[in-house]
Amino acid sequence: MPGRLEPPVSETTEPFWDATRQRNLLVQTCTRCRRAIAYPREVCPFCAFTELEWREAAGTGTVYSFTVEHKTPSPVAGAEGPYAVGLIDLDEGARVMTNIVNCPVSSISVGLRVRVTWEALTDGRHLPLFEPLATRADGAEETQEMEA
Amino acid sequence: MMKRTLRGAAAIVGVADDASPTGELGLHGRALEAAMIDRALADAGLSRSDVDGVCHATSSVALAEYLGIHPRFTESTNTGGSSYEVHAEHAAAAIATGLCDVVVSVYASTPRSDRKRGRANAWRPPGPNPAAEWEWPYGLRMPMGPYAMAATRHMALYGTTSEQLAQIAVSTREWATLNPRARYQEPIAIADVLASPMQSSPLHLLDCCLVTDGAGAFVMTSAERAKDLAKPPAYVLGAATAHDHMMISEMPELTTTPGAVSGPAAFSMAGITPHEVDVLMGYDSFTITALLHLEDLGFCDKGEGGPFVEDNKIGPGGSLPMNTNGGGLSYTHPGAYGMFLLVEAARQLRGECGQRQVPDAQIAVAHGSGMVLSVMSTIVLGTEAVL
Repeated sequence: MPGRLEPPVSETTEPFWDATRQRNLLVQTCTRCRRAIAYPREVCPFCAFTELEWREAAGTGTVYSFTVEHKTPSPVAGAEGPYAVGLIDLDEGARVMTNIVNCPVSSISVGLRVRVTWEALTDGRHLPLFEPLATRADGAEETQEMEA
Repeated sequence: MMKRTLRGAAAIVGVADDASPTGELGLHGRALEAAMIDRALADAGLSRSDVDGVCHATSSVALAEYLGIHPRFTESTNTGGSSYEVHAEHAAAAIATGLCDVVVSVYASTPRSDRKRGRANAWRPPGPNPAAEWEWPYGLRMPMGPYAMAATRHMALYGTTSEQLAQIAVSTREWATLNPRARYQEPIAIADVLASPMQSSPLHLLDCCLVTDGAGAFVMTSAERAKDLAKPPAYVLGAATAHDHMMISEMPELTTTPGAVSGPAAFSMAGITPHEVDVLMGYDSFTITALLHLEDLGFCDKGEGGPFVEDNKIGPGGSLPMNTNGGGLSYTHPGAYGMFLLVEAARQLRGECGQRQVPDAQIAVAHGSGMVLSVMSTIVLGTEAVL
């Protein structure tokens, strides 16, 4: 999106952002209680353990809630039309904020299954966004990223 | 042994607030704060020399220096809009334990005239900020975006409708028609709310609070001293605070606020049930905010807020008068609205509210909400009759 604020990188989160250069989604995980942690930090918010690791996430999740921002021009979307901001419960358990893209905003609902897709940032990193997960005729989820 | 409760130990004895139908005030900054403090002290029959406790959400130290007060109790807690309920809670505890005797808390914010006159009013937190990394890139509009997400989820889980949310704006506006200082005093209908421009779905413009100048102050002292002052005391019967997140992506469940903790705790200290509340001042930054308070404080079950408000029981003449000054939705909202909850609650208990007076109001609740549904602080106030 035009005018998007590019996220800063902190010492703790560098592995996450480095992985986005290869379009890999990592999720921080506690090596003791095994729970997924977002936002990434130096100590587990569930069990206070300090040995945390980065794991590759499946890249799929469920819309926990969302809103469609209607005001234009917006600092993020410029003069572009309404855009959706969502909270996604990753299948690993962590909840993240994102934009829900590649679909009409009117088709988004709480509970919608989504998967990660990537938007290039100016420094080679990518920003994780989410798009609806296509469902095959047999009801199984199509998890491979669609060709652009 | 000391009684381990605040109930009845302290009282709000002086209040002041300022707002205008133009949405703008003449004074700003410290001058406006000083004017509010002096008016609230005069309201109590006290003066600056009586004050030995100072509360301010940015710096009680800078404020006390400006006012020439050398306090024994100082409080700079900032929890956003609920800062003033937290100040009331802490002031009551400080008075009850003998740390100090007379406490003032003040708030003044003039975003509307600041913008018009090009005065700087920006505030950025120092140091690393996870929101910049994990939320800001996605363009969630502040402050309405997080509340909109709460509304979306409430609708999905409980079938709450835009019409039900709109009814809160309609009922609150009805109260504002009875407040000559309210920014908006013309009645509105549900259709007006639904026809107002969509902001962050599902919230329309009229589901959102105002942006106005506004200021206020309260004075609190011991129950013993309160008896001899100018106005009937509004005794603190119960007080409690709770928070469980700062960023909306960290809120455990968007349809249940920390008010579900602070509300019952404050009511328990006061020894009351929701049925005994005569006036509810529930922070209405957005219609959904007020609806969540009704559920979390126990006025109705979780998920029942929509049907609960449908019959206008929260409006004038209803069984649960809510936000009788016209609220943040129609009276005033300078950014951190919690001060006005306490001021109106005290005035209702004194019987000073004129046309909008709730008959025989004995128990009033000021329930503040800070940041993005993050910090809830509940103050139960009562007259001498319910002590």
